[in-house]
Parts: sequence; C-alpha cells; structure tokens
Amino acid sequence: MRAVLEVVSPGAMASIQDLGRHGLRRVGVPTAGALEPGWLRLANALAGNEQDAPAIEFLGGGLSLRALEHPVRIALAGYFRAEVVAAGGRRRLDSWRSVTLAPGETLRCAQLTAGRVAYLALAGMRVPPQLGSASTYARAGLGGVDGGLLLADVRFLAGGCSGDEKGLPAPPLADPAPIRVVLGPQDDYFEPASIACLLSAAYQVSPAADRMGMRLDGPLLRHRREKGVEITSDATVPGSIQVPAQGQPIVLLADGQTAGGYAKIATVISADLPRLGVMAPGQVLHFRSVSVAVAEQAARQREAAVQALLAAIAPLVERSGIDLQAIYAANLVSGVVDAQAMDDAFALADPPGKEEQ
Amino acid sequence: MLDVGDTAVTIEFGDGVDQRLLAAVAALDQAIARQVASGRAPGIVETVPTFRSLTVIYDPLRTTRSAIEAVVRAASESSQDAIPRVGRHWRLPVCYGDQNAACGPDLEALAAACALPSEEVLRLHSTTTYDVYMLGFLPGFAFMGDLPKVLAQPRRSEPRLRVPAGSVATAGTLTAIYPWESPGGWHLIGACPVPLFSPAWAQAALLQPGDRVSFRAVDAAEYRSLLDELAASRASPTPPDAFLVDAGAAR
Repeated sequence: MRAVLEVVSPGAMASIQDLGRHGLRRVGVPTAGALEPGWLRLANALAGNEQDAPAIEFLGGGLSLRALEHPVRIALAGYFRAEVVAAGGRRRLDSWRSVTLAPGETLRCAQLTAGRVAYLALAGMRVPPQLGSASTYARAGLGGVDGGLLLADVRFLAGGCSGDEKGLPAPPLADPAPIRVVLGPQDDYFEPASIACLLSAAYQVSPAADRMGMRLDGPLLRHRREKGVEITSDATVPGSIQVPAQGQPIVLLADGQTAGGYAKIATVISADLPRLGVMAPGQVLHFRSVSVAVAEQAARQREAAVQALLAAIAPLVERSGIDLQAIYAANLVSGVVDAQAMDDAFALADPPGKEEQ
Repeated sequence: MLDVGDTAVTIEFGDGVDQRLLAAVAALDQAIARQVASGRAPGIVETVPTFRSLTVIYDPLRTTRSAIEAVVRAASESSQDAIPRVGRHWRLPVCYGDQNAACGPDLEALAAACALPSEEVLRLHSTTTYDVYMLGFLPGFAFMGDLPKVLAQPRRSEPRLRVPAGSVATAGTLTAIYPWESPGGWHLIGACPVPLFSPAWAQAALLQPGDRVSFRAVDAAEYRSLLDELAASRASPTPPDAFLVDAGAAR
C-alpha cells in the first residue's frame, strides 16, 4: 500500500506542471510548463524529487491537501504561508521548505502574500507524461490529471519520505529591476515614440492575466500607419509582446498561442520572463531594452542564481546546532489573536472563480 | 534574421502568403533538421515553419545566437529544394450557418459584407479545394487557403471571447477550423464535427502542411449524428480516415 495525497480543495487555478512540452509548437501545441521554472525546480529539490519532476502550480490561495493512511513529504515554493491541521491542533509554517504530513493531517495554503504563482511538490509523485510532458494544457485537455485543472478528491500516489525535512535558509529575494526585453521581431511596425514609451513608462499587470498571457495597462502603443496592425501570421514564443489594434500590449506566457497575426514589438528575455509571469494584477513594472548578447549572459546568470539557491538547501534539523524544525513546529497557533489573523488569511484564500479567457 | 529574444530567431523570407515563400521555408526547415540530426547543431529545441518565415527556438544555456546563425548559414548553403510534400486530400463535412445559425453565426454578416447571397458564400466556400499552409495558434489549427477573393474580408473588429470548438471560419483569404474553444476574431460560417487533434494518434494533428482540404455541406441532422459518432475517435489510436479522399503516396 503506497502513500496517497488527496486534494481536499484545489484553490485557484491549480494544475500539474513540469518544465514544458517541447517540439510540437510547429503543430500548434504551446510549451506550457511552469510559469516560474526556478521555483518548480526548488520545490522538487526540497521534496527530494528530480528537479524537472511534475508538481502542482497554483495561482492564488486555497489549495488544501490531506495525507491518507501513510505519511507523505511535500515541499512549498512561493510567497505564502500554510498551516498543517491535525487532530490535536494546528501548526503554521512558512514556504520554501518541505514538511511531512502524518496520516490524516491536512495542509492548507493561505492567500499568496506576493506574486500570483506558487508551487507544491510531492515526494515521489507520478503523473504520466502526454506528448512528452506532464504539463497541463487545459485548452486542449493535455497532460496533468485528465487534461484539466485540479479538482477536489483527486488522489496522487506518493513516494516515501525518508531523510530530514529541508529548507532554504532565506527565501529568494524579489528583484525590483526593470523587465528586460529585446526589441523585435516587428519593432519596425511601431512609431519611434511608442517604442520609447514602452521603454520608459510604467505598466501595470491587468486583471486579465492567466497562464496564456498577461495584458498590461499603461500608455497605448501606436502602429505606424503605413505598416498597419496585422502581419502575415508568424511564430510567437513565451515572452512575445503582441500589440493588437487598440494598442494595449499583451505578453504571451507558457500557454500562449504558437503563432499570431499581430505585430510583436519586443520579446521579454528568458531570464526575466519568470519574474514577470509571477507578478500579480496591479503590480507596476518598467521595461528596459538589451541586446541579445546581454540577454544570453542574463540567462546564464539566472541559471547560476537558481543553482546557488538549490545548493543552499539544507536540512531543517540540527543545522548549526539549532533545531529549525522544532522552531517551525513550535509555531503553533494557540493565541486567539494569531488564530484570528490566520483565519483571515484563509478566508481570503477562497478561489475567485475561473477567469474567463 | 529577426530578433526574438534570447531563445529564438526568425528567418524571414517575405511578407505574405505565397507558394514560393512556403517552398523556401520548407527547404531551410529540412536543411536545419539535417544539421540537427547530424549532431552539428546542439541546443536547438525546435523549429516552427510559417507562411513566410522559419523560427528556430534554442536553449541559451546550451548554445548562443551566433552559433545558431552559423547553423542557419551552413543550412542555407547546403539547402536543397524542399522535398515535395505528398499531401493527402480530405473532404470534411460542414454544417453551414444557413442550416443552423448556431453553427455559423457570421454567415449572413459575411455574405452581406461580400454583397453576395449566403447560398453563394456557402457554394463558393464548399466548392474550393484548399491547401494547408501551416499549423499553429492552437493544437491542430490548420491555416488553409486560398479562399475565392470575393469572400476575403478582414477579421472581425471585435474578436469573440469564445469561439466554439469545430467552428469553420474565414479571415482574409484564409479559412480554418477551430479545433478547440478559444478566443478568436475570424468569421464563423459553419461547424465541422471531425476532431482535428488527439494525443492518442501517432501524428497528433489530423491535417498537415501540404494536405489539401475540401468541404461538403451537410444538414444539421447529419452534423449532429456525425458529432456523436466521431466523439470516440479522439480516444482511438487511429484518426478518422473515413474523410480521406486520397491518402497521397505512402508516408
């Protein structure tokens, strides 16, 4: 009999993702995969999985899971808190660590405190790949569990949970620097003033953001009249910034369409796309233009930063003589005030309902 | 060569829908595939051919733009004429909007914009044989052309948030079938009950570039019975071959 983790409540837009489905963009299949692949890799490493294993990605709070007859090891990545509900009480914990759920214990994820994306990895979780990946692409019913978002009562077989629980000594720091883009492939379709505007004005993530793309509120961008708005459809990539007729830029993300007929003013570089992809509606950002060479260097720097985080993962027990696990575990919600605060956080975590695309 | 960030580069041959551009794109695509197969192009993840360009997607941790440019140059020099595609010919059933307005809510409006009776739009659309130019946008979405020029109209000014799966649509001189429900700005003139994509099939997309497609008008009752009949073919390991008029040469 193997360990089983059951979804009590799927929260907001939870889906199985890995590092994506490659090689099928030519027949219209988007790459899909984690919006923040670095965090997915961290969650898997914390859980003791291969870094590219599938894990649960969720866009908001409310995810709640229960261990059935055997203990399971899970790991959390993203900016949120969680609590483990047991028969004898509740214990609160921060993200960026693994935790073992005893049989019957339930883990509840609170509303995200920053960003819009988080990950939960399950040690030994198996999700069969479809067309080379377990990533869910719900529009075409590919990957994940039955091709769709997670639903209550779904059960995952889990592996064992040997060894210490692990954690990151400090969460990854949010980087407030501008989002870097390489201009093109159709920057010549835009007024020079609009390119200058894209690279200087403040843009805000609109509520119309999902896994497919992100609309940005801010100054409208104008197409050059002699060029027009539409192009003969060509290929897009995650990070392509399309500008439809009305001038509001849309950044394509993991589930974005593979080809499009709108001129693309610029492409977000691979090092910064995860940083943009996790931004919550209302967040303000700026763009900065760089060369392809600088973008490639940034990709290597980002990979080095992810590797440094992976290398920093350490057992939570008896690290530097301090029993971190005991400190985490001692953080029981016993006081009325604390309990109230936590309840408020969870009240906010009710799923807001599926975004209409 | 056009910049597409640090993960891709687009080699553009022109700007339009033109058989000569398609041949040039296919030739370069095949030449790069040979480079990849011979191990001389590490880091290339995939290529995406379109009407008029080839996009090479690469992993910037395993290669660089300058190495990719060298691969593209070598491929262009070794490029032979594209191996002609042995296209198959499909005849797909369509319930046009005059039978059931739910199947093609824009048929009347498109006919009005073309100053033609809707029966004439239906007749022209269903008596033309189309080439599949490229796949993209959504899994299995085939861009087909050319539509008779009298039917060419720009996209809807107000795109729909929800185009139902199976919708047969036109935009400009192109026609397509939406394999999935999605947002879309094309004119919806009918509905096709044939599934166009399934991970269960050896080749997940039913229609492939180089295939030819014609349409056969069916009434609403036949459309509904085909829809029921074909629902199972999505899970079956063989695609719905019953609609093949000509299987082309052996593949």
